[in-house]
Amino acid sequence: MGRITLSKVTKSFGDVAVIPPLDLEIEDGEFVVFVGPSGCGKSTLLRLIAGLEDVTSGEIVIDGKPATDLPPARRRLAMVFQSYALYPHMSVRKNIAFPLKMAKMDPAEQERRVLAAAKTLNLTDYLDRRPGQLSGGQRQRVAIGRAIVREPEAFLFDEPLSNLDAALRVNMRLEISELHQSLKTTMIYVTHDQVEAMTMADKIVVLRAGHIEQVGSPLELYRNPANLFVACFIGSPKMNVITGEEASRLGAHTIGIRPEHLAITESGGLWRGRVGVAEHLGSDTFLHVHVEGQDPLTVRVAGEAAWRHGDEVALAPLPEHLHRFDANGLALR
Amino acid sequence: MARRATGTRKILVTLAAWSVGLAIFFPILWTILTSFKTEAEAIASPPSLIAFRWTLENYVEVNARSDYFLHFMNSVVISLGSTLLGLLIAIPAAWSMAFVPAKRTKDILMWMLSTKMLPPVGVLVPIYLIFRDFGLLDTRIGLIVVLTLINLPIIVWMLFTYFKEIPGEILEAARMDGASLWDEVVHVLTPMAVPGIASTLLLNIILAWNEAFWTLNLTAAKAAPLTAFIASYSSPEGLFYAKLSAASTLAIAPILILGWFSQKQLVRGLTFGAVK
Repeated sequence: MGRITLSKVTKSFGDVAVIPPLDLEIEDGEFVVFVGPSGCGKSTLLRLIAGLEDVTSGEIVIDGKPATDLPPARRRLAMVFQSYALYPHMSVRKNIAFPLKMAKMDPAEQERRVLAAAKTLNLTDYLDRRPGQLSGGQRQRVAIGRAIVREPEAFLFDEPLSNLDAALRVNMRLEISELHQSLKTTMIYVTHDQVEAMTMADKIVVLRAGHIEQVGSPLELYRNPANLFVACFIGSPKMNVITGEEASRLGAHTIGIRPEHLAITESGGLWRGRVGVAEHLGSDTFLHVHVEGQDPLTVRVAGEAAWRHGDEVALAPLPEHLHRFDANGLALR
Repeated sequence: MARRATGTRKILVTLAAWSVGLAIFFPILWTILTSFKTEAEAIASPPSLIAFRWTLENYVEVNARSDYFLHFMNSVVISLGSTLLGLLIAIPAAWSMAFVPAKRTKDILMWMLSTKMLPPVGVLVPIYLIFRDFGLLDTRIGLIVVLTLINLPIIVWMLFTYFKEIPGEILEAARMDGASLWDEVVHVLTPMAVPGIASTLLLNIILAWNEAFWTLNLTAAKAAPLTAFIASYSSPEGLFYAKLSAASTLAIAPILILGWFSQKQLVRGLTFGAVK
């Protein structure tokens, strides 16, 4: 089954080390998301697993068998690309059937599987069209169809939703999650969007400059970030960071507090400030509060809030949700 | 502000376009007209444009004096042969340069192009001697080889430009889908590059058909293509303009017709990559 193990994998392009020695275990049936800012090496890592790039050193084991030197065609993995990478000269039917044709599968069986995939993905009416005649969402579905027909050990997704508009992205996110529920196949998903990571993943791998910063379930990362980088990367809006004397007073070099864990009080509170911008989303209101000597703090208020630009407010952090970090940005536990 | 094509402007532009076109085409037109004149009228001064006695006698005489069909077949075999051989070598070369570029790929491409800047006459003697020693003088195979080498840089460059336009991710997708290198080239790359390969093929047939330096210097009679056939009518006495024109017209007619039918492909091929 689709268990993937990376041990001491490195990748360099010339003299530039993109991936320093890295170990990672992906369990069978897991939905793993690689997340990080652009240029963090997450796509490279995926391409190493796919076999589209050769590892500089280290071992990749897929399904208990060494795969380090196998060409991509023989790793039994399917990949969905950011650009969809459909074959423009083939119909949707032929696009989806292509991996089966390459596997020299019996044509009747090919047709049966293509029809089944098309049904799952609502593509039945488009089978005879060319990719150029489809919308972005439909192309994405064809790319997924091409991946599922061959029943691979694992699916690799390389930022598959970044070319879609916002509404469609949310839909496709749900569809991919549902697909994972029904297929129960290992999926590795690369994104720079932490919302996608939080909503889809069983396990998130946060990467920075080729290093794994933290591995854990979405809520583990949210509740107990290992360092300041993960703390700021996971969660939306971003965690507030407080440094200097205010932080020392609370017993740390740096203090992090999420916008949803800051309360506005009439009296008392730790900090006083003036409301700058108020963002009204209807379900929530985000207030950007300017506090003397700090970067503006973001406060999340559930529902509609009456505070306006210029109002003076007092902020009280929920003490059990304060994150403390040392001078190196590592979490103090 | 968008430019608006007013009536006068349109007429002026059309006129200008036609004058440039006519100026470029005039020598060919003049050759064709001269081929229908008598030798006396061909050198008459002032020349008459169309008010002369039209005659086919030059064509009759040219056909009687030399074997047009032999030269025509030589031209066909040499231009097709060198183009196909060139494509056979150039497709893998362009594939590797476009999809697996190395540090020096750009330099190799430039170096290949630089060979086109060398005056061919600079290597005439060595090539002539090699041809003599290998018994390739006045053979079709010899000309196929030399014209392949002459046009190879252009073929590789054109295909390289085409292949560059094909997104690498599509080939990677094929690899992930289980395609071998062979499957990748046959099922994905070639079908996507067909328009490019076709333009390259056409342009190179034309270039090889019109090539005169090597075909004149390396052939005598047996393998002489139409270029040598034309040249055989230019004599120092210079009194055979009409027959020379008839021979030229016969030689350029096939390629002119081919060019006419494939102009859409050709224009696309020549401007490809210039605009996205």
